Amino acid sequence: MLKKKYDVIVIGAGPAGLAAAIEAKKTGAQDVLVIERAQELGGILQQCIHNGFGLQTFKKDLTGPTYAQRFIDELAGLHVDTLLDAMALNVTSERHVYVTSQSSGFVELDTRALVLAMGCRERTRAQIALPGTRPAGVYTAGTAQRFVNIEGFMPGKCFVILGSGDIGMIMARRLTFEGAKVERVLEIMPFLTGLTRNYVQCLLDYDIPLQLHHTVKRIIGNDRVEAIESVQIDEHRQPMPGTEETIPCDTLLLSVGLIPENELSRKAGVALDPVTGGPFVDEEMQTSVPGIFAAGNVVHVYDLVDWVTQAGLLCGRNAAQYAITARKHDGRRVRMKAGENVRYVIPHILDKESLAESAQLLQMRVTLPIEAPVWVEVMNGEERVTRKAELYVRPGEMVNIDLPQSAYDAVQRASELSVRVVRR
Amino acid sequence: MADKKYDVIIIGAGVVGSMVARFLSRYKLDILLIEKDSDIGMGASSANTAIIHAGYDPKPGTLKAEMNVVGNQMFDQLAGELNFTFERRGDYVVAIGQEEFGKLESLRQQGLENGVPGMVILNGADVRRREPNINPEVSGALWATTGGICDPFGVVIAAAENAVVNGVTLMTDTAFQDFIMDGKRIVGIKTNRGDFMSRWVVNSAGMYSDMVMHKAGLRPEFKITPRKGEYYVFDKAEITINNVLFPVPSATSKGILVTTTVHGNTIIGPNALEIDDKEDRSITREGLDEIWQGAVNLVPSLSLRYSIAEFAGLRPGGNAPCANPDVKYNKDFIIEIPKEVEGLVNLGGIESPGLSSSPAIAVRVVELLKGAGENLEEKPDWNPIRKARPRFRDMLPIEQKLLIENDLSYGRVICRCENVTEGEIVAEIHAPIPARTYDAIKRRTWLGTGRCQGGFDTPRVVEILARELGVSPLEITKKGKGSEFLVRPTKDKEVE
Repeated sequence: MLKKKYDVIVIGAGPAGLAAAIEAKKTGAQDVLVIERAQELGGILQQCIHNGFGLQTFKKDLTGPTYAQRFIDELAGLHVDTLLDAMALNVTSERHVYVTSQSSGFVELDTRALVLAMGCRERTRAQIALPGTRPAGVYTAGTAQRFVNIEGFMPGKCFVILGSGDIGMIMARRLTFEGAKVERVLEIMPFLTGLTRNYVQCLLDYDIPLQLHHTVKRIIGNDRVEAIESVQIDEHRQPMPGTEETIPCDTLLLSVGLIPENELSRKAGVALDPVTGGPFVDEEMQTSVPGIFAAGNVVHVYDLVDWVTQAGLLCGRNAAQYAITARKHDGRRVRMKAGENVRYVIPHILDKESLAESAQLLQMRVTLPIEAPVWVEVMNGEERVTRKAELYVRPGEMVNIDLPQSAYDAVQRASELSVRVVRR
Repeated sequence: MADKKYDVIIIGAGVVGSMVARFLSRYKLDILLIEKDSDIGMGASSANTAIIHAGYDPKPGTLKAEMNVVGNQMFDQLAGELNFTFERRGDYVVAIGQEEFGKLESLRQQGLENGVPGMVILNGADVRRREPNINPEVSGALWATTGGICDPFGVVIAAAENAVVNGVTLMTDTAFQDFIMDGKRIVGIKTNRGDFMSRWVVNSAGMYSDMVMHKAGLRPEFKITPRKGEYYVFDKAEITINNVLFPVPSATSKGILVTTTVHGNTIIGPNALEIDDKEDRSITREGLDEIWQGAVNLVPSLSLRYSIAEFAGLRPGGNAPCANPDVKYNKDFIIEIPKEVEGLVNLGGIESPGLSSSPAIAVRVVELLKGAGENLEEKPDWNPIRKARPRFRDMLPIEQKLLIENDLSYGRVICRCENVTEGEIVAEIHAPIPARTYDAIKRRTWLGTGRCQGGFDTPRVVEILARELGVSPLEITKKGKGSEFLVRPTKDKEVE
């Protein structure tokens, strides 16, 4: 039975939402509700039946459903309410939530703190304006993954994959297991966009060719995909005439990026960062609207689920504390800025006093790969606040750096900190 | 099958054929409407700019001008009876720079000649106030108050469904092959699904109307040339245009416009490229670049970052000279009962403004039949009203609540971007004209048209279609045979 008012409502029961709900409850929030649009908890993890989850959190190599189950089991023991197969239709800045579901009908709920954990969606063929016909047989990698791993059906026999994102590479291997032919993976960039480990384990090990600097020029076939025409791209991202190749196939999978899913955030008046596509957040994962928090891929797209879980825990703890004490920031904050070769830094803004309690984790993505030793440096103007060595950086792999408590004094002097990644 | 004799067979269930079926269903006639595709309205009616034109564009004296203006005036009553979405919000022909401003008056004069009411020329400041996103160099606009926007497929389905409910037989996947003649008289047609006898045949075959009339030995010089138009669709959460904005037209085209739709999305397009292939709806890099250039000239703040879809439609452009020999124009509509054969109502070259003209064309067909001596007797029980089915997305929260209380399947959202519910999908599968494919449901409910483009809903819709139609998911198609989504079960599923 649903209550009318909750301490914490979490929208989305993927890894971020589950962790947030668990931690909110453990922190002392009485009434916690998780709203999930699928028929079971776990989010997209339920269709990720491959391994590679939990290496950081549990020091174990788990499958997606197994990783999710650990949190689902923990949640079950905590008396957290769940509303499954349900869609949050609207959220106001006063944290009034409109939800519909087949089981509970149309309900309106209020909450002291709200956690946005809607995850992300896949970039589509339309968003990259892929020319050609519009037949059956063009799927995003995640949709194909659902067909294969949840519904138990193969969406094609012979595949070309556009984009070297992680889901695409993982599907290349999965489809090969199922006896399909994966002709090749095309990547428009001069570098891999997913994790190197997926390239090795999913493509190299199965002799699936990866062509960098290549894209799909057009899709061919009226009813069903019959072929795609590929083309090589020059350094200015322009197609090179004469390099076209027709590759017969019946399916084109797209793994061309993920976009944080923030339609509800927008309705609630949450300010969004055009670079990440997610909310501006502070070190507590609080958004621009007081009492509304966000965690996981809804904020920025992560590479590893372990980081998502960690963000969910942080967010859940702070959401619960907000619900209990309704505490507010005193306004002494420092802005985090992306410097050289950094696309963005999370959090966007940091309470100067937060370092008095603990070190603060900064997470970022680089713009370009550097296959050589680098420094990740946090700067206050020309003054270096802290730095960390890395052996290389790649856009597909998130970069983390701790802002240590020893930086407390330096941070007090700053109004803005920038992070840069430079060669050593 | 050949024993049965229809009074009228209509070839092609696009907007024109469906509208003719609807207006003829009023009379005591046995009518068969055939469609070669898996669903109605899959040709020119499914992919266009969705505008009900005021009628200032067509050359005065042409059938295009006459039908456009008469058709436009019929839309309020028609939308009321058939319950499709139609908004008469007016349209603007936008002049950028002083030279273009000078052309607005001649356009207005042409509109007056065509009988278009309610046209006003606005100055640049007025236009900027009404549409703040417009190019600041705007010098003025022709505001046509009778212009409107609609859900173009909604018009087709509403008309065809009303026809079916009033007794018209609809057969999809049924392609015309030839006429059955008795001397000069047409007595039936051959199709891929057998022969059908009839006293009258209406050629509303759209893109293929030239082929149909050639089979009857008519107008050998008439040729339909597909003219492709490409479009971008924008995320409604990101870009809002309030109006229908045309550029000042060129000699050959109404140009690339920026317009809002009844679904709230801004769309831009179309270009106009003559092609040979009557099925080539592919989008091209060059075409997209062309419409982009045209659109940013009207609204510079548009951003491709917020494009969520691209599509292309084909206009069935004809080469028929105007019936009035004093009017020099050779792309007019054909609306006639030709003298060379008996039993044929011949429609051809119904390109833009075909959607706007469609009800007027249907009324003209009725008049032509009466003129040919048909004693059209009205059915006493004809029902002009077609009820709309609930659209969850368009409802107020309180209405949504009541809808779900009545039927819980309306509480389950299947399309997350457009908020289309399972109840709506099931209702369309069991409607008078059943939706049997993914695209058929998409056209009716607007599911899968949002920013995720069906990524989320597709597996769920395949499952619902399979369940409701009582078939395997392997048989579910995107748009008819040959476009199946799935090829075989996975190894685990086979073991099960």
